[in-house]
Amino acid sequence: MSVPIHPLAVSSYTATSALGLGLESHLAALSTGRGGLRENDFSSAPLACWIGRVDGVEDAALPAAHAMWECRNNRLAWLGLHQDQFIDRALDARQRYGAARVALVLGTSTASIGATEEGYRRLDEAGQMPAELRRPPIHAPHSLAGFVAEALGLEGPCLTVSTACSSSAKVFATAERLIRLGLADAAVVGGVDTLCDSVLFGFNALELVSPEPCRPFDQARHGISIGEAAGFALLERIVAAPDAPRLLGYGESSDAHHMSTPHPEGLGAELALRDALARGGLRAEQIDYINLHGTASMKNDEVEAALVARAFPSTTRASSTKGYTGHTLGAAGILEATFALLAIRHGLVPGNFGCTHPDEACGPQLALVSERREVNVALSNSFGFGGNNACLAFGRAPA
Amino acid sequence: MSTLQVHVEGIGLWSPALGDFAALRAQLRGEPADAPAARPAAAMLPANERRRAPESVLLAVEVAGQAVAMSGLAASELPCVFSSAYGDQSISDYMCATLAAAPTELSPTRFHNSVHNAPAGYWTIATGCHATSSAITAGPASLGAGLLEAASLCVAEQRPVLLVCSDIAGHGPLGEMTGTRSPFGLALVLAPTVSPRTLAHLDLGLIPHAEGQLRPTPVTGAWYETNPIATSAWPLMQNLVLGEGDCTLAAAETLALRVVLETPV
Repeated sequence: MSVPIHPLAVSSYTATSALGLGLESHLAALSTGRGGLRENDFSSAPLACWIGRVDGVEDAALPAAHAMWECRNNRLAWLGLHQDQFIDRALDARQRYGAARVALVLGTSTASIGATEEGYRRLDEAGQMPAELRRPPIHAPHSLAGFVAEALGLEGPCLTVSTACSSSAKVFATAERLIRLGLADAAVVGGVDTLCDSVLFGFNALELVSPEPCRPFDQARHGISIGEAAGFALLERIVAAPDAPRLLGYGESSDAHHMSTPHPEGLGAELALRDALARGGLRAEQIDYINLHGTASMKNDEVEAALVARAFPSTTRASSTKGYTGHTLGAAGILEATFALLAIRHGLVPGNFGCTHPDEACGPQLALVSERREVNVALSNSFGFGGNNACLAFGRAPA
Repeated sequence: MSTLQVHVEGIGLWSPALGDFAALRAQLRGEPADAPAARPAAAMLPANERRRAPESVLLAVEVAGQAVAMSGLAASELPCVFSSAYGDQSISDYMCATLAAAPTELSPTRFHNSVHNAPAGYWTIATGCHATSSAITAGPASLGAGLLEAASLCVAEQRPVLLVCSDIAGHGPLGEMTGTRSPFGLALVLAPTVSPRTLAHLDLGLIPHAEGQLRPTPVTGAWYETNPIATSAWPLMQNLVLGEGDCTLAAAETLALRVVLETPV
C-alpha cells in the first residue's frame, strides 16, 4: 500500500540523556555496558524507583535573551542543542536554505508541564500562578518547539507532535512529507522530555513503575524506569550530504485496541513495521539491527518479542536500550533513532542491558551483550499510549 | 512557492452556541439555529466510553463524527490529525492541583486521559481505525499548522485525511495562562482529488515572514474570540459557508498559510 520514498540524508544528529552529553558518552556507555539509571532523587515527594536523570540541567540556565522560556524542559533542549556541534549545523542550514525553508518538527509528551506543576505548588495569595511563572507560553504543550524555533531563528513550518511515547519518532515522517512536497528544503527534528511529577506519579498510579532498575525482556521484569532526554537530527535531501546516513523509511499506525495496553497480537506494531519496510523498499532479511521499544512493562515486551521472533531471521539483531537510559517517553523516539544511527556508524549492536533470562517469547535475535558487527540497515520501534505506533528505518550511504 | 490543493468532503463544528455546520450556516444567513445540548453528544463512542470520556475527547469525537458522516467515507480508513493548542486543560489543572497536595493520590485514569493524543486514541479505538493517527499542537497557530499537516499527509499519501482542531475551556490557574474561556471544535475531511462528494476546493500556500499579516485584530467581544482555535477558524468558517473567499491563517510564529476557497461548479 505504501510506496517507497526517496531517502533523506541525516546530516547531523545528537543525543543527551542519563548516559551523558552528546554522542561520545552514549557510544562509550553502550560499548562498555555502563548504565545511567540511579535511585530516584527527583520527585517532590518520596517515590521508591529508579530514574534516568541528566546531570547538570539545574546549572544550565537559559541566556537572558531567552529568559521567557526558562524551565527544566527548555534547559535540557538548550543543553542538547549544544552537543556535537548540532546548533552550528542547524544554523548553517538556516544560512544555506533561508530561515523560512527549514521546518522544525519536535516531539514531546510532557513539554514543560513541570513548570506548571511548580506554579501550582507555589500559588500566590490569590490562588494564581506566582509572578515569576506568569509566562503563558511555558504552560502550553508547544513550549518546546516555540523555544527552539526562537533559539534557532527558524521561520518555516513549525509544529509539536505529542502522541505520547511515539512523539519524536513520528517527527521524521512529518518532516519527510514537508520536504517531499517542496514545503521545506530541510528540517530540524527531535524531541525533549524531562522528569516531572506528572509522569513519575502518573505511571506509578498505573502500577507500571519498577521498584528496581528496569529490565527489558527479562522474565523477572517489573515495569519501567522513567528517564529524560533531548535529541535532534537535521534532515536534508541527499544531494546536500551524500555521505551521511539516510532515513530510508518510516511506518505509522494505530492499534485501535486500548488506551494504555498494546494490541495482544501486536497488530498495530506489525502494521507500522510493514509500512516502514515498504517505504524503504526493504525486506526483513536486510535488517541488521532493531532498536526495540522494549519498555520492560510485562505486556509490551511480550508482544514486541513475539513480533520480532516471527517477522525476522536470526541474522537480525535486536535490543532495547531502555535499561541504559530509562524510558524517556516523548523523547524516546529520537534518542533511540540516534542509537540506530550510532549502530550504523560504529558497527555496534548495543546489548539489551538488564536482561539475563529472556522472556520465552523472545527469539534468537535478542542481543544480550553488545556485539561488534557491520550494521547497514537499522530500525527503531516506538509505541505509545492510545495505541500510537511508529517505526523508523535508517541506512548507511552506499559506498 | 509550493502550494497544496485539497478538497473538502466533510465539515464538523461544535461550540456552545452552534451544534454543527448547518447551525453556523443558518446563523450567518440570519435564520434561527437551534442551540446544541450542553455537552457534545459524541455519538461515535460506545455508551460506556462516552460516560467515562473527558470533555476534550467528547468535543473532538463529536466534530470528527459530523465531518466523517457528511463525507460518507469510512472512519476506519481515514488517517487522522488531531490538533489542539492546549490539550485537556481540565485534566492538567486537576493533575497539577493533586500533585501539589497529595501526589500519590493521582488518578490513573485521569493520567492516561491526560496525554495529548487521548482524543486520537479514543477515536481510532471507537472506529477501528488502524491508519496513522497524530496529535499535534502549535500554540496559537494550531489550526493553520494542523491544516498544513493534514493537507500534506493527504497530498503526499494520496488518500483522504480527517483533520480535527479543538480546545476546551481552561480551568483554575492554568486557565488564566491559556485565556481559553469556551470550548470549540472544527473538523474537515480532506481528499486529494475531486469527487461527487466535493464541497469546496482549498488552495494552500505558505507566506513566510508574515508578521504583519498575523498581527491580532482588535478584540470585538464576539463568541469566537474566547477560544484560540475558533478565533483563527472564524474567517475560514465564513468562507466555507459563503462557498468562496480567501483568508490567512497563522501556521507558525511568522509563517502564514493562505487558504483560497472555491466551490466546484
